[in-house]
Amino acid sequence: MSKADRQLMIELENVDKFFGSFQALKGVNLTVGKGEKVVVCGPSGSGKSTLIRCINRLEQHNNGKIVVNGHELTGAVKDIDAVRREVGMVFQSFNLFPHLTVIDNLMLAPKLVRKTPKAENRKKAMRLLERVKIPEQADKWPSQLSGGQQQRVAIARALCMNPEIILFDEPTSALDPEMISEVLDVMIDLAREGMTMICVSHEMGFARSVADNVVFMDEGEIVESGPPGTFFDNPKNDRTKLFLKQILSH
Amino acid sequence: MSFDIELILDSIPKMLVGIGLTFELLFLSLALGTALGIFLLILRISGRWYLAAPTMVYIYIFRGTPILVQIFIIYYGLPQLEFVRDSIFWPILKEPFGCAIVALSLNTGAYLSEIFRGGVLGVDRGLTEAAAALGISVRQRFIYITSPIAIRLCLPAYSNDVVSLMKSTALASTITLLDMMGIARTIVAETYAPYEVFISVMVIYLVITWAIQRTFAWIEKRMSRHVRREA
Ligand SMILES: Nc1ncnc2c1ncn2[C@@H]1O[C@H](COP(=O)(O)OP(=O)(O)O)[C@@H](O)[C@H]1O
Ligand SMILES: [Mg+2]
Repeated sequence: MSKADRQLMIELENVDKFFGSFQALKGVNLTVGKGEKVVVCGPSGSGKSTLIRCINRLEQHNNGKIVVNGHELTGAVKDIDAVRREVGMVFQSFNLFPHLTVIDNLMLAPKLVRKTPKAENRKKAMRLLERVKIPEQADKWPSQLSGGQQQRVAIARALCMNPEIILFDEPTSALDPEMISEVLDVMIDLAREGMTMICVSHEMGFARSVADNVVFMDEGEIVESGPPGTFFDNPKNDRTKLFLKQILSH
Repeated sequence: MSFDIELILDSIPKMLVGIGLTFELLFLSLALGTALGIFLLILRISGRWYLAAPTMVYIYIFRGTPILVQIFIIYYGLPQLEFVRDSIFWPILKEPFGCAIVALSLNTGAYLSEIFRGGVLGVDRGLTEAAAALGISVRQRFIYITSPIAIRLCLPAYSNDVVSLMKSTALASTITLLDMMGIARTIVAETYAPYEVFISVMVIYLVITWAIQRTFAWIEKRMSRHVRREA
């Protein structure tokens, strides 16, 4: 895609976020075009979660401008729920609804928000469970599933609302090592299908193969960003170099 | 002291006549108290201080004073006030039964709202955030996510509160009601046999407590299906 037809899905302009007097984001600038994949990395506490949580307004930023798929989040957003419908989110700790079966986890939001007929929701949910390769778990409780299976259900749940964008917050960090690849495979599939994605992740193999842009954050700032080739092989900033050395040494 | 078994066997059926009234007091004030508890909970977590503050005062007063005092104030105190006698509540408040229901409900509501609040606070914030991220509204999150999970969390405490409410119904006998305890007291006045009679009534209360606990244990088990892993 040439730069000229790049349709912006997410724009952050000088975004600041404070928790009390602590500044978690410092003048963050970032743009994500349609179909682009951004991988965000950085040490713990650097503001990665805060950054993506501001994009669907689980946190409200204090200064600057955020535009998501044409909706500006600055100031009074009339209907934040409408924006959230277009932005899926996958959490580190899965956050499946424990009192609902797998299929009901997928069908809840379409029922409450889109108010589409039940049969249609079920069909769609089953299709998505097939896509994440666990249709046979449809009627189980989340607690009966492995971590990797739960995270795949969480991805399918986000897809049920047909989001234009999906935000991933360290989706594989809570998983046992042998389950990481089954979740990454689903994410790679999604990426190939052209989904717009922001992934907070330290899976450098994933970043290399999927990302259009890798962003390194430290202490609330974007320190360095660039295409994976340049970012990994030729990092410019000393903090980036140190971080990459630490990440790759284990 | 000799123990008159015959008197026990004799008085149990008499006291069972009052079990209907005991159950009426229990179920009515439990229903009203639960509704009040939910209402107070919503005020309490509304995030508006002018709703939350009076609620906290109310809860503090009703949990911080003996329920017997509350019953006496409602039964003996309120009728002294002319505006109470003129109000639409008078038909309820002029009857001892109405007063007992009002007192028990107001008291239980205060306790239950705190129990419910504990349940709501126990719901993992990540779950409501996940629902929010799907575009589900605040109200729907409360109904479909927070409530069902909170209910399961506070069921054991709720069950304890039902037992304690059941025991409090005995206080209705102090304002002339002939519930089980009321009947027991009449029999004692006639027979001068407090041990036999009060032990009999104790046994009946114990059986009711046991039944309440079994019922809730069963409900809890059913509601926890999703927590058990398949063997
Ligand atoms: N709700 C909150 N209240 C106060 N401080 C917070 C809150 N959320 C995050 N922080 C702080 O903001 C900083 C960035 O947090 P976070 O975005 O979660 O970092 P990361 O995801 O990169 O580990 C941390 O220092 C964290 O302690
Ligand atoms: Mg984080």
